[in-house]
Amino acid sequence: MLTKRIIPCLDIKDGRTVKGTNFVNLRDAGDPVALAAIYAEQGADELVFLDITATVDERKTLIELVRNVAHTINIPFTVGGGISSIADVSALLNAGADKISINSSAVRNPDLVNELALEFGSQCIVVAIDTRYVDGEHIVHTHGGRKPTPLRTIAWAKEVEERGAGEILLTSMDTDGTKAGFALELTAKISGDANIPVIASGGAGTMDHFVDVFTTGKADAGLAASIFHFKEIEIPALKGYLREKGIEMRL
Amino acid sequence: MKTVIIKYNAGNVQSVMYALERLGASYLLTDDETEIRSADKVIFPGVGEASTAMAYLREHGLDKLIPSLKQPVLGTCVGMQLMCRYSEENNTTCMGIFDIDVRRFPQTPGYKVPHTGWNNIHTLKGSLTEGLAENAYMYFVHSYAADVCPETTAVCDYVRPFSAMLHRDNFYAAQFHAEISGNEGQQILENFLNL
Repeated sequence: MLTKRIIPCLDIKDGRTVKGTNFVNLRDAGDPVALAAIYAEQGADELVFLDITATVDERKTLIELVRNVAHTINIPFTVGGGISSIADVSALLNAGADKISINSSAVRNPDLVNELALEFGSQCIVVAIDTRYVDGEHIVHTHGGRKPTPLRTIAWAKEVEERGAGEILLTSMDTDGTKAGFALELTAKISGDANIPVIASGGAGTMDHFVDVFTTGKADAGLAASIFHFKEIEIPALKGYLREKGIEMRL
Repeated sequence: MKTVIIKYNAGNVQSVMYALERLGASYLLTDDETEIRSADKVIFPGVGEASTAMAYLREHGLDKLIPSLKQPVLGTCVGMQLMCRYSEENNTTCMGIFDIDVRRFPQTPGYKVPHTGWNNIHTLKGSLTEGLAENAYMYFVHSYAADVCPETTAVCDYVRPFSAMLHRDNFYAAQFHAEISGNEGQQILENFLNL
């Protein structure tokens, strides 16, 4: 059976992981390659690297990082942040990224989704959607959830699928950082309607939150950052727990 | 030992190259007939659309070259599909190395298409899965699949049972991406290099 996926997310700045980590066996907690290798060894199904820098020099550092990660780990990984052209994507894929993720650039120029899907294939194009509940509606936001757009989240998710996105990474800015659980209702609506996988993000705090997002939330994958970095939840224990709860997991 | 990855318009093969490097294997990415014929092992990768890929192979004579190879050949993903008789993807006549057709997963409630993610392979036979346990997980991304047939050496279930791996004579194929399928995927590549 196809499994649900557990995806740790690493925030990258100047080629280093930003948020601290709590891995005692990791000499350099800021080294994304070492952290990626540990997660792969622990049974992470996939990794997401989110580059939160943007200058040209820093992009070169990112390419180098992607090359090192690709050399080291043998599971799929996605790179996102600041990607806005075919050339950006080409450079990342040639460095060894398996997928890329676009967010603001897709909102600014929706045709970019079509262009990238046509050029590289849908399988490597992830569209990240940051959403916030405003005045009774789910609204797409950019700039880390600070800037509202005119787009309705549910309609935008449908649109990016039609335009050729291969996966949707849905982050609820309402639940992100709360550790109070994923946005189940919205995730279920979007994933239930979609014919492409939906990765749920934002709000993971306990193992049961993952149970909920895979059952009630109908998500295909669950993404989290700090709870993994600070070992509040360890991946082998989480996957074992999920399997006990009858959720298909790769162990 | 010389391993050749066949170069054609088949998308990104960077991950395959890195996987070979992790195994300490040297490789050459080429479409040159002499280089391909003189290789010890040949990898025929593929990401993308079947009819365009097949048209490119015909244009460059690779559709005749590949079936005539005598050394071990490993086709992956769309590469595997092009080694079958026929693909429903834009009605494509393929190379016919394996005696089976490739069909699209029909729209079925509860199943998203493409089949994306980790799924278990079972009913394992033959040398490439040596050392692997039944129900090892591999990473898949595809909308078309070869049916199960006498040449099937691993089965995966999604909508219907399909061929996760095929084998005939010196030809081997895998629908999944062994290069990013963890240590188990790496084992399969290592087994191929050790043939």
